[in-house]
Amino acid sequence: MTLVVVGASLAGLRAVESARRTGYRGRIVLVGAEEHLPYDRPPLSKAFLDVDGPSELEPFHPETVLRNELGVELLLGAPAEGLDTGAREVAVAGTAVRYDTLVIATGATARKLPGARTLRTAEDAVAVRAALDAGARTVVIGAGFIGSEVASAARKRGLPVTIVEASAVPLARAVGETAGAELAALHHAAGTELRLAAEVTEVAGDGVHLASGEVLPADLVVAGIGAVPATGWLESSGLTLHERDRAVVCDATLAAGPPGVYAAGDVAHAPNPLFDGLGMRLEHWTNAAEQGAAAARHALDPASARPLEPVPYFWSDWYGRRIQFVGTPHADEVVSAGGVTLYRRGDRIAGALTVDRPREIMKYRRRIAGRAPWAEALAFAGAA
Amino acid sequence: MRIDADRAKCDGLGMCEAMAPDFFEVGEDGTVVVLDERPGEEHRQDVAAAVDACPVLALKLT
Repeated sequence: MTLVVVGASLAGLRAVESARRTGYRGRIVLVGAEEHLPYDRPPLSKAFLDVDGPSELEPFHPETVLRNELGVELLLGAPAEGLDTGAREVAVAGTAVRYDTLVIATGATARKLPGARTLRTAEDAVAVRAALDAGARTVVIGAGFIGSEVASAARKRGLPVTIVEASAVPLARAVGETAGAELAALHHAAGTELRLAAEVTEVAGDGVHLASGEVLPADLVVAGIGAVPATGWLESSGLTLHERDRAVVCDATLAAGPPGVYAAGDVAHAPNPLFDGLGMRLEHWTNAAEQGAAAARHALDPASARPLEPVPYFWSDWYGRRIQFVGTPHADEVVSAGGVTLYRRGDRIAGALTVDRPREIMKYRRRIAGRAPWAEALAFAGAA
Repeated sequence: MRIDADRAKCDGLGMCEAMAPDFFEVGEDGTVVVLDERPGEEHRQDVAAAVDACPVLALKLT
């Protein structure tokens, strides 16, 4: 028996760990496009960018633990090139790796903009930090979470930074317009210049050119304009890829269709029964961990497969403030109550956003997971 | 079974509280408070899930 896990980041690692925890003693092959052992990505745009941040990125586990304790064969620096679900083979570096069960966890790659850096991998983070260490004037393109964290890192060092955002309100899709506007105020308060509804025409040697004709001088330009599921290798596999983002379309147990094939993490698009079967592709740490572990369990024992009902959760640190969001922003109503932003879907609470309220956020998560009534959540917010 | 929480490592992200609210809570200072350091064996599954869910590996089960 062979379990092949394609993708050696968090979801892939959790798949391997959970397979062993279930008592599976067969062969495990972990395939990764990057040279590195699995490592953690959230710190790349947070602690690693600090002046006194860690100088090296430690992997989750040393190689000996992966090879000897978890019994994993590692194929790193080896991007998967194709999948044949009939022959049950993954093409890796010109050779065929046969599988009985397969977990696809190739994640997503940062959307690129010519002339700008991205921040997704260890190499990206080293380059961004080196530029900040050198005192770069920074322009960030995209007022999303990654871009905002880069801006925060620059301001922490007292460096000038401008964020250029195409929309009129930052993060409108992630948290809604009301909360997006409130988060934008954090940038202003910290001295980050925010250019909204601004279109970038070119990133050139002299800086970032805007449609208005203005040129923003920059030593460091970072584009945080989203990520794209890494599914190019699956285009001719016969798997259903989502019409909009080309993610692997799964059912709520993460099954991708052909026998033995499951997907997990940023690459997977699955319906969520918790929100009326709303299709979701989540780029969140907790989701990658949860889905990775579940995908391996389900692949190895399909009879035990149960629909997952993940409560999306992400956090972001800006200027020493902790932003936390649980649930979905796809809501019928958004209300600010007691310093918290709450999202209503039907007669239930579907989401909550907090800033610097680490004690409260999981109380909302529990309510969302438990399908708590809206009125009760509002009353809790009033009391909290 | 004993829960060891490394409060210096803890980042207050609250996943432990999400997985096992009877045993973990994010406290006033934004780091974890272990509500019961010696849970009974019958709670092993929930507590282990909480330990595994920690994004900064601040929890251990011994």
